[in-house]
Amino acid sequence: MKFLDTPSSPHVHPAGGVTQVMLRVIYALIPGLIAYVYFFGWGVAINIVIAAVVSLGAEAIMLALRRRPLRPFLTDASALVTAMLLGASLPPLAPWWLVTVAALFAIVVAKHLYGGLGYNPFNPAMVGYAVVLISFPREMTAWLPPHVPDVTTLGFVDTLRYSILGHLPKGLNFDAVTMATPLDAMKTQLGMDKTVSEIVAGSPVFGSLAGKGWEWVNGLYLLGGLWLIQRRVITWHIPAGMLGSLFVLALVFYLGDPDAHGSPLFELFSGAAMLGAFFIATDPVSAATTPRGRLYYGAGIGALTFVIRTWGGYPDGVAFAVLLMNMAAPTIDYYTQPRVFGHGKD
Amino acid sequence: MSRKLWHFHGGLRLAGHKDESMREGVLPTRLPSHLILPLQQHIGEPAEPVVGVGDHVLKGEVIARAHGYVSAPVHATSSGTVVAIEERPVAHPSGLSAPCIVIETDGREKWRHRDSRITDYTALDPSELRNRIREAGVVGLGGAGFPAFIKLNPGTARVRTLILNGAECEPYITCDAVLMQERPREIVEGLLIMRHALRAETCLIGIEDNKPHAIEALRDTLAEYDAEGVEVVAVPTRYPAGGEKQLIKVLTGEEVPSHGLPLHVGIVCHNVGTAAAVYRAIAVGEPLVSRIVTVTGRGISHPRNLEVLIGTPIADLLAECGETRGDLDRLIMGGPMMGFALHTDETPVVKTTNCILAATHEDVVPDQPALPCIRCGECTRVCPVSLLPQQLYWHARAKDFDKVQDYNLFDCIECGCCAYVCPSHLPLVQYYRFAKTEIWAKEREKERADIARRRHEFRLARLEREKAEREARHRQKREALAKDKNKGKGADQAADESKKAAIKEAMERAKAKRADAGVTPKNTENLSDEQRRQIAEADARRKATKAPAEASAEDSAGEANNKESE
Repeated sequence: MKFLDTPSSPHVHPAGGVTQVMLRVIYALIPGLIAYVYFFGWGVAINIVIAAVVSLGAEAIMLALRRRPLRPFLTDASALVTAMLLGASLPPLAPWWLVTVAALFAIVVAKHLYGGLGYNPFNPAMVGYAVVLISFPREMTAWLPPHVPDVTTLGFVDTLRYSILGHLPKGLNFDAVTMATPLDAMKTQLGMDKTVSEIVAGSPVFGSLAGKGWEWVNGLYLLGGLWLIQRRVITWHIPAGMLGSLFVLALVFYLGDPDAHGSPLFELFSGAAMLGAFFIATDPVSAATTPRGRLYYGAGIGALTFVIRTWGGYPDGVAFAVLLMNMAAPTIDYYTQPRVFGHGKD
Repeated sequence: MSRKLWHFHGGLRLAGHKDESMREGVLPTRLPSHLILPLQQHIGEPAEPVVGVGDHVLKGEVIARAHGYVSAPVHATSSGTVVAIEERPVAHPSGLSAPCIVIETDGREKWRHRDSRITDYTALDPSELRNRIREAGVVGLGGAGFPAFIKLNPGTARVRTLILNGAECEPYITCDAVLMQERPREIVEGLLIMRHALRAETCLIGIEDNKPHAIEALRDTLAEYDAEGVEVVAVPTRYPAGGEKQLIKVLTGEEVPSHGLPLHVGIVCHNVGTAAAVYRAIAVGEPLVSRIVTVTGRGISHPRNLEVLIGTPIADLLAECGETRGDLDRLIMGGPMMGFALHTDETPVVKTTNCILAATHEDVVPDQPALPCIRCGECTRVCPVSLLPQQLYWHARAKDFDKVQDYNLFDCIECGCCAYVCPSHLPLVQYYRFAKTEIWAKEREKERADIARRRHEFRLARLEREKAEREARHRQKREALAKDKNKGKGADQAADESKKAAIKEAMERAKAKRADAGVTPKNTENLSDEQRRQIAEADARRKATKAPAEASAEDSAGEANNKESE
């Protein structure tokens, strides 16, 4: 009996692979997204569908141009994850072309021009997000309020029509349906020398912990993220580092002057904090990979997020914080190598 | 018994698949018609054949003797006739052939006279014990095959703990488990002999806690002996707990230094099977002629453990285990994590063969297409040595061999944990092996180049010296001649004159001849390669005859270097 093919050890592997990793990320996102739709309408779902179609199309075209096999890379679901993160990050009342530009930039430039899956130094979804945030500031303010008095809530058809055709139902204008996010409202009004308690009392977007609706969305992202840790899709280091440093910084400033700063929990449950901590910063390709390095990397994102939120030009800072720390990841990895077995304890 | 245990980083919980081959005890194997005995079944120098084709040999007779210190003899494992000494496919991942002695068995199993049984090993000097063990051809049976007597020679080092490795952490393999269950006495006796040879203070037998019967059997046996300071310790089942360095860490908390030996931390570690072989060598007077091999996997209908003569072809083993399935995917020697797939079932069982896994697609997965690394870091999580496997992968792939060494490639034990968990299905271990091989090859090349350079420099220096010596001789001669001239001026002048004229004439003739033939005077600058080679050969011959003492000193230094690198 002869064997021509003699594969190398190990000869056993568990089931699963890159596709399973990506699919689990998608599953973990779903509860948060359901809450998002519940509180803020169908916009986010429409965004995700548009982003998914564009991403997969762009992925296929780029793979063909780069003469790479289509099947394994289209079915790895990584483009789908990018699309979902992008859809979840963009304002719910975004026009279709905004989503398209962001998704195209994410897949074509941030992913494939750098070499495709596994080779991108920057988080593709955040690159796409940052590009449209800088290029189309007005459209990027199209945030919707949760169901609150005095503001019309758009139904599915109206939202879809706005996305595709760019006009609202008769009698409604843009400002009548959109509203600043809690982070934005807080930032703007703090700039007008109002105290935190005045701001919270004066606006219907605030809930008991953070923004109304937002606290639920963030809470469910947190749950999804914990499931990802339990399933070993991500490790605890990056979320702990990011949320930890965000919390500590917020706490320090909050204790210093509670009237001029949101509470630490407000920071954690607002904006993209949880989405960023569990789903975006943990993108393994662009993050640090050593255990200690991941802790520092996460802490850096948390700190930068706080800095941008508090003193920067944007109400939220997760995207820029992630991109800045992406640049630092290789250096962090280099300086945080674990002690190898038998190499003297220092 | 609660003993403080430590743990190592990473590792895996794997499905054991051990029950399949443990339904029966160890069964004997039918005598094969041919035995194929590779000259190298151990780490070190291959053995040298001492028999010729056509010789009749008896069971237990030495057919190849150890060559050098790090080597082991090979014994005939049954009686019969030597029918060939030639290259045969052997158990090696590359599928290469290697010199083997092939014996056609005569079916009589006739033993050579056995060595005397030593009933009281304590009366013997450790060096005497080591010699016996060496002559019995005992090597590490756990897989590495390092000559056992060397690991029983601590030199001046003090051995605090002797560890017997009964962890057997790889899935499917059960040869150590059944040995511990069925022959605990041999293991304990062997352990005590080893302890005496090492003068070790305490002994630990480490066994994974998924083998309760083995633990019980050894504990019961130990209770019968008045052996103080010997303890059976159950260690958590976690691959690769049976790795030497990992087991030492778990049992003692000590980390064997990188590139170091367990002896450096006062520990010596042997496999339980080796202990039993030592017992047989000393107390029964039998060399290592057989071992227990697990034959398992879904590719055969009756997985079991067999007592197998070393040299038995794998095909004969499979024949002992019922039907072999048609969809057999591969034959793995060793376990599914670290074993290697065989190219043919004509490969013989060697001293280090612990398991033959006849695997179908239900046992092993077919190679999946590899995707790019997504840097998920799962490999870092499971690496028992705390390496960064993905960084090693990037640099090995880029053939950046300096960088892979910066990331401690040579601390990798090739356990396969990283490749096992890799979601991109990258054959990581293959990359590391490739990088190691390339680095070794480069180093050997560099060594050779260094030697050549040194030789060249030495030659230049010698030529220079010889030139100087020649000139000095000439000068002396000239001076002597000048003196002579002054002495006998008058008488010799005429003769001298005629001599000179003759010389001059001869030189002129020669010159004319050379000019005719177009031969340039010999000079040492435009030599052809062939000429150079001839000169070099002549030089070498001269050197050899001139300074044999010097040359042999150099040779032996080279040998010592070789030994060290092994």
